[in-house]
Amino acid sequence: MADLLIELFSEEIPARMQAGACEALKKRMTDGLVEAGLTYASAQAFATPRRLALAVEALSDHSPTTREERRGPKLGAPEKAVEGFLRSTGLALEDLEVRDDKKGQVYMAVLTHAGRPAADIVAEVLEDVIRHFPWPKSMRWGAGSLRWVRPLHSILCILSDESGAQVVPLEVDGIVSGDVTRGHRFMAPEPFSVANYEDYAAKLKRAHVILDPEERAQHIWNDARQMAFAQGLDLVEDKGLLAEVAGLVEWPVVLLGRIDDAFLGLPPEVLQTSMKEHQKFFSLRDPESGQITGFVTVANRETRDNGATILAGNQKVLAARLSDAKFFWDNDLRVVSHVGLEGMGAGLADVTFHNKLGSQADRVERIAALAREIAPLVGAEPALAEQAARVVKADLRSEMVGEFPELQGLMGSYYARAAGLPDDVARACVEHYQPLGPSDAVPSAPVSVAVALADKIDTLTGFWAIDEKPTGSKDPFALRRAALGVIRLVLGNGESIKLEDVLFSSDNTITLQLEENATIGSPVSLRKAYASAFGIPDHELRSIENEQVTKRMHAAGFSRVQDWLLSLIQEGLENPDNEVRRSLRRVADLLAFFHDRLKVHLRDQGIRHDVIDACLAMPGNDDLTLLVKRAEALSTFLKTEDGENLLQGFKRANNILTQAEAKDGVEYSFGPDPKLAETPEETALFTALDAAEATIAPAMAKEDFAQAMAAMAALRAPIDAFFDAVQINTDNQILRRNRLNLLHRIRATCLQVADLTRVEG
Amino acid sequence: MPESPEIHSQKPQCFQDILLRLQEYWAGQGCAVLQPYDMEVGAGTFHPATTLRALGTKAWAAAYVQPSRRPTDGRYGENPNRLQHYYQYQVIIKPSPPDLQELYLGSLRAIGIDDTLHDIRFVEDDWESPTLGAWGLGWEVWCDGMEVSQFTYFQQVGGHDCHPVSGELTYGLERLAMYVLGVAHVMDMPFNRPDARIPLSYGDVFRQTEQEYSRHNFHGADTEKLFEDFRKAEAECARLLGMEPADPALGGRTNIMAHPAYDQCIKASHIFNLLEARGVISVTERQAYIGRVRALAKLCADAFVQTEAGGAAA
Repeated sequence: MADLLIELFSEEIPARMQAGACEALKKRMTDGLVEAGLTYASAQAFATPRRLALAVEALSDHSPTTREERRGPKLGAPEKAVEGFLRSTGLALEDLEVRDDKKGQVYMAVLTHAGRPAADIVAEVLEDVIRHFPWPKSMRWGAGSLRWVRPLHSILCILSDESGAQVVPLEVDGIVSGDVTRGHRFMAPEPFSVANYEDYAAKLKRAHVILDPEERAQHIWNDARQMAFAQGLDLVEDKGLLAEVAGLVEWPVVLLGRIDDAFLGLPPEVLQTSMKEHQKFFSLRDPESGQITGFVTVANRETRDNGATILAGNQKVLAARLSDAKFFWDNDLRVVSHVGLEGMGAGLADVTFHNKLGSQADRVERIAALAREIAPLVGAEPALAEQAARVVKADLRSEMVGEFPELQGLMGSYYARAAGLPDDVARACVEHYQPLGPSDAVPSAPVSVAVALADKIDTLTGFWAIDEKPTGSKDPFALRRAALGVIRLVLGNGESIKLEDVLFSSDNTITLQLEENATIGSPVSLRKAYASAFGIPDHELRSIENEQVTKRMHAAGFSRVQDWLLSLIQEGLENPDNEVRRSLRRVADLLAFFHDRLKVHLRDQGIRHDVIDACLAMPGNDDLTLLVKRAEALSTFLKTEDGENLLQGFKRANNILTQAEAKDGVEYSFGPDPKLAETPEETALFTALDAAEATIAPAMAKEDFAQAMAAMAALRAPIDAFFDAVQINTDNQILRRNRLNLLHRIRATCLQVADLTRVEG
Repeated sequence: MPESPEIHSQKPQCFQDILLRLQEYWAGQGCAVLQPYDMEVGAGTFHPATTLRALGTKAWAAAYVQPSRRPTDGRYGENPNRLQHYYQYQVIIKPSPPDLQELYLGSLRAIGIDDTLHDIRFVEDDWESPTLGAWGLGWEVWCDGMEVSQFTYFQQVGGHDCHPVSGELTYGLERLAMYVLGVAHVMDMPFNRPDARIPLSYGDVFRQTEQEYSRHNFHGADTEKLFEDFRKAEAECARLLGMEPADPALGGRTNIMAHPAYDQCIKASHIFNLLEARGVISVTERQAYIGRVRALAKLCADAFVQTEAGGAAA
C-alpha cells in the first residue's frame, strides 16, 4: 500500500473552471487506476489558481496476478500447429498440460500474468488524463502541441509509504515528473520537494498557499464577517462570489474599505453589482439605514504596510467605476424626466429580439395586447396592465442596463418611480421577469402577474410559431423555464385561466405580426380567414389593417374568436395546412408542452404521473389550477384504504362491463331499474349510487373534489358487498342486462371525478 | 536573453518615463524595438508586426508603442480616462517563452510597481478580435484591482492556427501611467518631466486634438466618402492579392504583396470604426461589416503564409 500525490502546476487557472477540474481529475484518475486493477481507500482533489492536486490514500502496490487457461491443439495434431501454439504462449512442450476433452485429449497452456506495479499504471493513466483533460477551453503555448487550460509547467507525482517517497517517472511533452513544487508566486517563489500529502499541504501553507479551496473560502468568510462586525456592518452573503474569489487567491488577505459618500445615492443594487462584477468585492450593508456603505476586497498577499497600498488602489478603481455608474444613472434619470419611461424605450425598435420574431418593440406591442386580455382573468385593471407592458422593457435602452444587463427590470422600476408612474407599473418592471428559477418567488400583484404571464406566453407561442422548440437537452431560449414560470404564476396565485384561449389569442397576434413582417407562412391566409368570418369581401382583403384585425378580435372576445375559427373549419376550410389549422395544432402542441412541464413540477411534489394522467384526461385540463386541485384530491384519496379499494371495485366493474360490451357489441348505458334488484346488496348499491350522485354533481360544480371523492368513497362498501353477493353474468338475460347497466352507472359516476382507468394498480 | 536592466531606483515622474522604461526593459529582453505603424489602427494588435508575424513558423520578438484610435471613445477630452486616441505598448514573442509571466512582472517592476506592496493578479480574460478572425486565451492583469495589461497566448489569427504560439502583452499606457503617477485625470498627467524647462501635461499635448477628433468622429466625418473609401479599400485589398505572384521586376520570382494588401484591411477596419461612431451602421449591418473586414484579414493571412517572412520556403 502506498499513498499517491499528484500536482499539476500551471499558469493561472480561471476560477470558474477549478471546481470542475478537481472533479474531473479525481474521477478520471481513480477510474483509470481501478480499471487497471488497482484499489484505493479514498481520494481527494484540490485546486488553487496555479495548481490542481490529487491525493489518493492506500493505493494497492500491484494490480492482481491473473491466471489464464488457453486451449491448444489436440494431442497428435500436426507438429506445425503445436509449434504455433507454443510460440503464441511462449511456453515449452513440457510446460503444457494435457486434459481430457469431449473430442479427446488436448494440450492446455496455463498462463500466469504477473500484476503490474502501481507506478507503471499511475504513469500511464496520468499521461492519458493530462492529454485528454476535459477543460471547457484549452490552449497550446510555445512551440509544443500539448493542450492545457494555460501553460503547464510541472508535474509532481509521487508514491509514498513508511519507507519514503518515490517519484513516478513520466514525461508529457518534455515535462518530466518530479517531487518538486513551488509556493506563492510572490511570497515564496522558491521550489521545494515534498514527501507525501501531509508534507505537501504543510509545506505549502508555510509557503503561503492554502491548498483547499473550502478552507480558503471559509477563511475569507470568517475574516470578512469579523471585520464587518467590528465596523458595525453586515456582510452581504454571496456564495457564488465567495467561491470565485477563493479561486483567485492562494493566500487570501481580507481588506475592508468604505464607499465614498458621493456614491451613496446610487441604488444599492447598482453599487453591489458594480462592485461584484468589475472588482469582485463583497458588499457591506449598514443595518441602520439598509444602505451599502462599504466593501470587502480579498488580496492575494500580505504586505509590510498591511495592505494599505492595495486598499488605496482598489478604492481608487472603485471610485472610477462608480463615477461611471453615477454618470449612467444621472443620464438615465435625465432621459426619463424629459421623455418618460416609454420614451426611453423608443429605441427598442432597433433591438432585435430574434431575427424571425422581430424587434423588442414588436414584442412590446404583442405583450401589451396580451397583458390587456389576461388582466381581467387575474384581477388586474386592463388599462394598467397594458400601460405596464408598454414600459417594462424600456430599461433595456438605459445606459445602466447597457453596462449591467443583470439589472434589467430593477432599473426599470427605479426609472418608473422617477417618472411618476403608478406603483403597480413600477413593480411590474422588475416582477414581470419572475419567477426566474424553480425556487424564485412568484409575484402576486395582479398587474405584475398579468404582464409576467403575457411576457412568458408570448415567448413560448413565438418560438412555437417559428418551430424552435426545445429538444432533448437543448433549450437555448429557456422555454422550459418560461413554461414553468407560467405554471407557477397560475398555481401560486390560484388563478383560474383557460390557458388554451390565451395561447390561442397570443398565437394569433404573433402570426398576424409575422405575416405583416412576411417572415413565415403565407401572407394572406389568416387575413382571409378573418375576412370571411367578419364578412369582408375578398377584394378588400389587402386593405385590412393589422390593427383592425386585432381590435376586432378583442371586441369578439376569446370564445367568439374560437367559435369563428371552428365555424371556418366546418365551413370547409378543410385544407389541413391552412393557417387556422396550423394555429390550432401549435396551440395543442404547446398545451401538451405545458402539461409535460406540469407533470415534472407535480412529480417533484410527490404526485404520481398516472394520477396526473387520470386528471389530464378530463375536460377543462387547460385550467391548471383546477387540474392540480383535482390531481391533489385524487392523490390524497388513492392513499386512503377506501380510495384504494374503491379503485379496485371500479376496475372490476369496468373490466366486466368492457368485456361484456365487446362480446355483445352493445353499450350498456341505459339506466338500470332498481325494481329488478334481487338481493339486498343490489338494492343497497342502487341507494348508495343515488346518494353519491346527488352529492358528486353539486360538488363537482363547485370544483370541490375532496367532497366528490368522499362521496365516491362511500360507494366502496356497497360495491364490495355487491360483487360478493351478486353474480353479474347470470343466465337470466334481463337481470344480466340490468346488472351491466348498473355497472355502467358505477363507471359513469366514478369517471365524473377523474379517468380512473388511467390509474395504475 | 540578457540580464534584465537594473531597476531604476527613482520612481518614474511622467508619462514618457513609463514609455522609455518599457522600451529599455524589453530591448534588454532581446526584443526588436520597432516604431509605431504609420496608419490609423484600433489597437497595437493591428500592427503587422503582431497580426502577420504571429503567423507562420519563424521565431519573432518585437516591442513597440502604437498610437491607437477608437472613434467611439471620444469624450472631447473631458472624461478622466477615456480617449479616442491613446497609446498601447505591445510586446510579441514567438514562440512564447516559458517564463513570459516572469518577464512581464519584471516589466512592472521596471516602471516602478513594487510587487511586494501591490497585489498583482492574473484574472481570466479570453481575447477575441472578430475583425481579425483572431482569438487567444490569457488574462487581464490586475494591479490592486485595476486592469493594467492584457496577456494573451494567440491561438488563431486570420483563421489560421498559430504554430508556434505567440505570447502577446498589451499595456494601456495612459491608464498604467496614471496609476503609477497617482494622477486622477489623464489631461493633468505630466507628459515630460515636471522639472523640464518647458513642462508639458498630457492635456497640453492632446486636449485640443481630443476635442477636434471627437467632433470629427461623431459629427464631422463625411459618411458618404467613408462608405466609398471602405468599398475602395476592400476592392484594392482583393485586387492586390489577386495579382500574379510572379514579379517580372524580380525576374519572375514570387513577390506576393501581403503587406500592402494588409494596409487596405487596416484602412477598412478604421473606416468601419468611424462609420460606427457616426452612428450610420445599424445593428444588423454591423455584423456584416465586421465579416467583410474579417474576410480581408483572412485573405492577407492566407497570402502572408505564402511569403518568406510567413515561413514559406524561400
